[in-house]
Amino acid sequence: MPVSVTNSELVYDALKGSGVRLISALPETWLVHLVRLADQDRDMILVRLAKEEEGIGISTGAHFAGLRTALLMQNHGFLQSINGIASLALLYKIPLLLMITDRGTMGERDPWQTEGGKYTRRTLDALNIVRDDLARPEEVRGKVAKAMALAQSSLSPVALLLQRDLMWEEPAA
Amino acid sequence: MKRIDCLQSIYPRLEDCAVVTIMGAVAAELYSLGHRPNFFYLEHAMGLASSIGLGIALARPDCKVVVLDGDGSVLMNLGGLTTLARYAPRNLVHLVFDNQVLLSVGGGAPGGHQWFTTATSTGTDLAAVARGAGIRRAQLVEDLDDFTEAALDAIRGDELACVVARVEAEMPASFHMDVHMLENRFEFPRALQRIQAKTATGGRT
Repeated sequence: MPVSVTNSELVYDALKGSGVRLISALPETWLVHLVRLADQDRDMILVRLAKEEEGIGISTGAHFAGLRTALLMQNHGFLQSINGIASLALLYKIPLLLMITDRGTMGERDPWQTEGGKYTRRTLDALNIVRDDLARPEEVRGKVAKAMALAQSSLSPVALLLQRDLMWEEPAA
Repeated sequence: MKRIDCLQSIYPRLEDCAVVTIMGAVAAELYSLGHRPNFFYLEHAMGLASSIGLGIALARPDCKVVVLDGDGSVLMNLGGLTTLARYAPRNLVHLVFDNQVLLSVGGGAPGGHQWFTTATSTGTDLAAVARGAGIRRAQLVEDLDDFTEAALDAIRGDELACVVARVEAEMPASFHMDVHMLENRFEFPRALQRIQAKTATGGRT
């Protein structure tokens, strides 16, 4: 599978390095290794969700109890979570580190992914959620740490959009 | 059975628990019995009270977590029941007040109007749904004695438990609450820390 193992490990290590102790997730192709790494890590609580919005509540509860968390989701999962983000995380000032795979963007081959990709960014912007792209391996550690720092200090959701160039390795032709 | 009587019957036992309640009537009635900083009133985000409870329960296995939920809210996050069942924290108790209407969001309009009923009014059995989701200990109770026994037993117990209480669709005496959402949001984690300190020093649990 051409999902990058190396870069998934980079992202996972960066999450651990920024103090994440609980990860909620719904898988999609680009997230398979990240979910597996969380599953194999005895020091990580992995919560497999039925629907992404649950993760907003779980991260809120964990925050109240003093744990740092990250949420792994596809951009369509982000779109699914919006009421929880608006009427829980934003209303109550809850820090969230949203790790969103940015499907439906340039290079997308799956027709069913192409709609949500058009307005993921604008939806994040409409919600005033600070966002950045994770595209290159060398920026992963720094950006994850900074995103976590901002989420914790601003008590707000912060989003990192996992890019195709980082998560996907085209097999040699 | 009245919701307020159910709340009254368990109120003393909630002192050392992390309590997460849904908005509206349940929040207002719990508040009317006496606010405590270890009560978090989720004033919106219907459906997520049980998810918040799960997050606390997983992060703080030493702390008993009680979620006060309602039929309308549970129906908005039925998938969440499967997640509760999957991780089945032994310190989580899910109490669901089922009045068969969306009372607090305008579904209980007085004056003879048609009430906006939920599907529990036409046969959906939330205790059976919870069992079907995989919560082994889930029961429906229809009178106060049964509720009190089941709820206190669940809080004392060491297993994920769900108690669905069939209650009257009655407005609370007042929706007045003199605690701001953000005030409540910041006092609640501090209260959880105090529960931790109490547990760590071998105090009452």
